[in-house]
Amino acid sequence: MTAVNVTRAVAAPKLPRLRAPLLFGMLLALFALLAARSLYLQWIDNAFLQEQGSSRYSRDLEVPAHRGRILDRFGDPLAISTPVKAIWVWPEKVEATPGQLQALAAALDLPPTTLAAKLDAGDDFVYLKRAVAPEVAAHVAALGIKGVHDDDEYRRYYPGGEVMSHILGFTGDGDVGQEGIELAQQVWLGGTPGGRRVIINRRGQVVEDVANIRSPREGRDLALSIDSRLQYLAYRELKAAVELNKAKAGGLVILDARTGEILALANWPSYNPNNRTRVVRERMRNRALTDIFEPGSTLKPFTIAAALEAGKVQPSTVIDTAPGTLTIGKATIHDAHREGALTVEQVVQKSSNVGAAKIALSLPPERMWSTLSGAGFGAPLKSGFPGEVSGRLRPAKSWRPIEQATMAYGHGISVNLVQLARAYTVFATDGELKPVTLFKESGPVAGPPVLRAETARAVRHMLEMAVLPGGTAPKAQVPGYRVAGKTGTAHKLEGGSYVKKFVSSFVGFAPVSSPRLVIAVMIDEPSGGQYYGGSVAAPVFSSVMGTALRLLGVPIDAPMSSILPPAEAAEVEEET
Amino acid sequence: MVKLNLVLLAALVACALSLVTSRHQARKLFVELEREQTLARAYDVEYGQLQLEQSTWAMPARIENIAREQLKMQLPGPGRIQVVDGSSR
Repeated sequence: MTAVNVTRAVAAPKLPRLRAPLLFGMLLALFALLAARSLYLQWIDNAFLQEQGSSRYSRDLEVPAHRGRILDRFGDPLAISTPVKAIWVWPEKVEATPGQLQALAAALDLPPTTLAAKLDAGDDFVYLKRAVAPEVAAHVAALGIKGVHDDDEYRRYYPGGEVMSHILGFTGDGDVGQEGIELAQQVWLGGTPGGRRVIINRRGQVVEDVANIRSPREGRDLALSIDSRLQYLAYRELKAAVELNKAKAGGLVILDARTGEILALANWPSYNPNNRTRVVRERMRNRALTDIFEPGSTLKPFTIAAALEAGKVQPSTVIDTAPGTLTIGKATIHDAHREGALTVEQVVQKSSNVGAAKIALSLPPERMWSTLSGAGFGAPLKSGFPGEVSGRLRPAKSWRPIEQATMAYGHGISVNLVQLARAYTVFATDGELKPVTLFKESGPVAGPPVLRAETARAVRHMLEMAVLPGGTAPKAQVPGYRVAGKTGTAHKLEGGSYVKKFVSSFVGFAPVSSPRLVIAVMIDEPSGGQYYGGSVAAPVFSSVMGTALRLLGVPIDAPMSSILPPAEAAEVEEET
Repeated sequence: MVKLNLVLLAALVACALSLVTSRHQARKLFVELEREQTLARAYDVEYGQLQLEQSTWAMPARIENIAREQLKMQLPGPGRIQVVDGSSR
């Protein structure tokens, strides 16, 4: 106002009358404009300035959450995530002397030519190396090369390597599960990073918590039913057997007969999950759960059990298997060796196809179907493992007599190895089918009763006979323990017809007086001369079972000296 | 009246000063808390790495190898095992 007054005082005489009010009005309007602008910035369009302001003192920090560990049944870690660094660059922004580049290549353990190629790769963002140990990253940062940055990331390590890889699977980018348990239990294992807003001071230190944007959720640990010692044992023996027999693949499952827990599950071929650069998907399959095969003679005990349940036969009933062939319609079933009259027990012991087929044909298809189905064939395992298949058991209505006869010895039906091992829990217990699980249980688990106790005991006795001299698998014997089991040697189906390639298997349990473990072994296409389950799979069973029982401290139930060195000739060749 | 006002003024100043000090204290403690939490996280990471190292050293494959190759250990055959019957005692 003073300014206006002064102006008027000095210039009034010469000035037009409207000038002063005009100027006054203009100045007022400008002031009003300023006021309006500041009001606008304060109340309406305040986002930008507020953001600028808060960026001076406020920070949103990520609160990291790590992925849960996977443990074995004793709490030993099988998979652990640990923070690592990813070293990255914008190639065009890198300024480094040749000496610095050399030091960088040495620090990252990269050949200098590779490093140069990465830096020449163009103008895009390039990872120089991922999953670098924090100490190495600190060393790289200390080189002080412009344009070289690092980021935090997690990397998962699997101390068990190839021994455990099929069960655990692995994680991909961002530590997210891609295969196996890592995939199946992603929600349980995965952590969600949290966020918080803080106030920092001039030196970048956090001085106050303002708000918790999101609480972090740490990944939870997961205890598997796997026993690392047994897993290693299973893997080692399986690998040796597959190599010895020049086989294509193999699988081995150890179940706890009292809880149904999977104590070990080994597959060959395998891969190392810590270094997957050149692994073909073929090796990653958990064959024991994701592949099905025709079980062959390992299915016979279920046929016999169905007949015993139906009251059609007794263990001592005599079946005439002469002349070693049985013709049904246009097809003929063969026994590899003629046996003549066999008791039902001997049909299992000597694994006679004709005997099993005759017994099966005395049953109504529904009876046989319900026993097989009760033992878990054709139904999903519900192990929760990704890619698990349930095998195939066709409805009884569609069975023709020849199919019923071949199913009696395990053809025309398909199973996976874990399913087969689970089915044997009905003989290892008094007729209970234990539910299988990959997760640790705290005590015995009850399963649905499938067979009467007498039937289960009778078949258990037959299975024990099969590993004694005169049976198909004396090589399955274990010094100091009574064992029971059944061999299987099945022709493979290729393009709808059976070819001269085999799947050799053995499923059994021990100690017979109070079964603790069920072990199923499957060797796919042995081509080292031997292919009978009794000579290919049974020795694997024997060595794994013997060591496993000793490791678990199971008391012996047979004299140590009872074992006869299995003479090669004592073994009965089984049917195929 | 004046006396009361003076007392109140003194009280006000005292309160103001104590507010400043406690605020300062809070900040200092908070910084310390932050530092300890960072340390705790670092120890957590180190624990994970040590566990990893331990389980790598303790892999059955490695132990078996050392037992067999370096220590020349082997499993006794059935003929060399004597079973002590504990139940008859």
